[in-house]
Amino acid sequence: MIVAVMAALLVTMVLALARAFVGPGRYNRILAINMFGTKTVLFVAVAGFLFGRPEFLDIGILYALVNFVAVVAVLRLTHYDDDLADDLADDLADDLADEPATDGEDRA
Amino acid sequence: MIVLDIASVVLLAAGALFVVSGGVGLLRFPDFYTRVHAAGITDSAGAGLILLGLLLRTPSWETGVRLLVIMLFLALTGPTASYVLAFAARRDGVPIWREGDPRR
Amino acid sequence: MTVFTLINISLLAILVATALTVSRLRALYEAAMLSALFSLVTACLFVLLDAVDVAFTEAAVGVGISTVLLLGGLALTRSREAVTPRRRRLPGAAVAILAGGTLVYASQDLPAFGSADSPVQRHPLTDTYLHQSQEDIGIPNTVTSVLASYRGLDTLGELLVVFTAGVAVLALLGPLAHPVDARRRDDLDLVDYRVLRVISAMLMPFILLFALYVLFHGDFGPGGGFQAGVIFAAGFVLYGLVFGLDKAQQVVPRVVLWALIPFGLLLYLGVGVVNMLLGGSFLDYDTLSSDPAAGQHLGILLVESAIGITVAAVMTTVFFSFANRRATR
Repeated sequence: MIVAVMAALLVTMVLALARAFVGPGRYNRILAINMFGTKTVLFVAVAGFLFGRPEFLDIGILYALVNFVAVVAVLRLTHYDDDLADDLADDLADDLADEPATDGEDRA
Repeated sequence: MIVLDIASVVLLAAGALFVVSGGVGLLRFPDFYTRVHAAGITDSAGAGLILLGLLLRTPSWETGVRLLVIMLFLALTGPTASYVLAFAARRDGVPIWREGDPRR
Repeated sequence: MTVFTLINISLLAILVATALTVSRLRALYEAAMLSALFSLVTACLFVLLDAVDVAFTEAAVGVGISTVLLLGGLALTRSREAVTPRRRRLPGAAVAILAGGTLVYASQDLPAFGSADSPVQRHPLTDTYLHQSQEDIGIPNTVTSVLASYRGLDTLGELLVVFTAGVAVLALLGPLAHPVDARRRDDLDLVDYRVLRVISAMLMPFILLFALYVLFHGDFGPGGGFQAGVIFAAGFVLYGLVFGLDKAQQVVPRVVLWALIPFGLLLYLGVGVVNMLLGGSFLDYDTLSSDPAAGQHLGILLVESAIGITVAAVMTTVFFSFANRRATR
């Protein structure tokens, strides 16, 4: 049973990773990474039981803590910085015209 | 003992189901705000049930205490992170999806 | 194929995918966040390899502190990577492929995973550390015995590196920097988020308690001075982020932080000097007490606390120095 839970966690990690890669925009990525972080907490806990080493749980507590600090830091330090809409437009422009724009910027 | 084992298996299975369905939701829901719901489910229901399931098969009380601490920590930080994220996104003007809009 | 191998392979695949995505992203905030994710996965791999102390450090430093510092640094500069012209990508690709190829080639010399007759396993010193340390020092976690006692001088060197980094950041961004550059940033708190404030205030005592637990439990399980120092720093950083830097600096004034940076190092050195005065060699804790084992316990405790103090002070100072500046774009 614990193996099945482990498999479920790994599948969820991959799904969250896909969302973190695709985005779009900052908030979707933060959300996905935060979820990935809590899944690693569970991963460590379940791995401790799977391999009979429950002292792994200390590490789980630490992950839960630093994950929260990282999310707060992301929110705080990126919040006032630049406009999200600009960023989204930027991302889009990048995806649409990657290489030609590259050379243009180089000449300029 | 067998009752505990069965209860633990049920809890773990339910938790795994919540976790995977939340993951699928995170990928398939149409916009950021709906995805917060999907991610929130895995942090609260999924994590809570899995940790409870593990709690029923702890070898010693020290392990149980650590599991409870993790549970408390996740129960406090998970919803807070979701709330703060949604709040900040709203303030930054991330648009809300309505029926018929394209996915984003 | 065993479950263990399967889990390892899936984690490795996740790691590779993350690395590729980080190199592809040009939005640097997002890249910094994904590098935190990379650290989390690496830490999971360390957990599976039973390297719990390393996993502890990787998680605390990689996710907690370096993400915060990277984001703090990015907040001061542009947050988008400049475009590299295609012509200049070629040399980079050549170097990357060459270095990667060399590493893959060199990895063939490594002993097989979990091999019982690798040089590390067969060396007599391994046996000494694992068995003799139980009689010499009597601490269950051998990693702590090796780190703080047997290789105490190496650890002192590591602490010196941390100290130097802290002094360097202070020299560039701290009180010695040009006063015009050291302007305050106006808005640095999350006071609008009431829930966050309440929850963070509730969590603070637990975070500090957990840091103390990690510091003093390092003899028995994963943890020790470095990890505890980083957790302390993460707690202060969280406080500063949520309640504003002014409040955080009321709690821990900067001068105190600056004084604590050399204090830890001096405490470490002081333990060594006291050992010499008591007739032993440098960092030979046996002399600290009439019973050698008790002396070792005391010495390790002092040294670990010294490490924790310096690391926490350096990390917190670096963060405050970054966060106190206004972006100069």
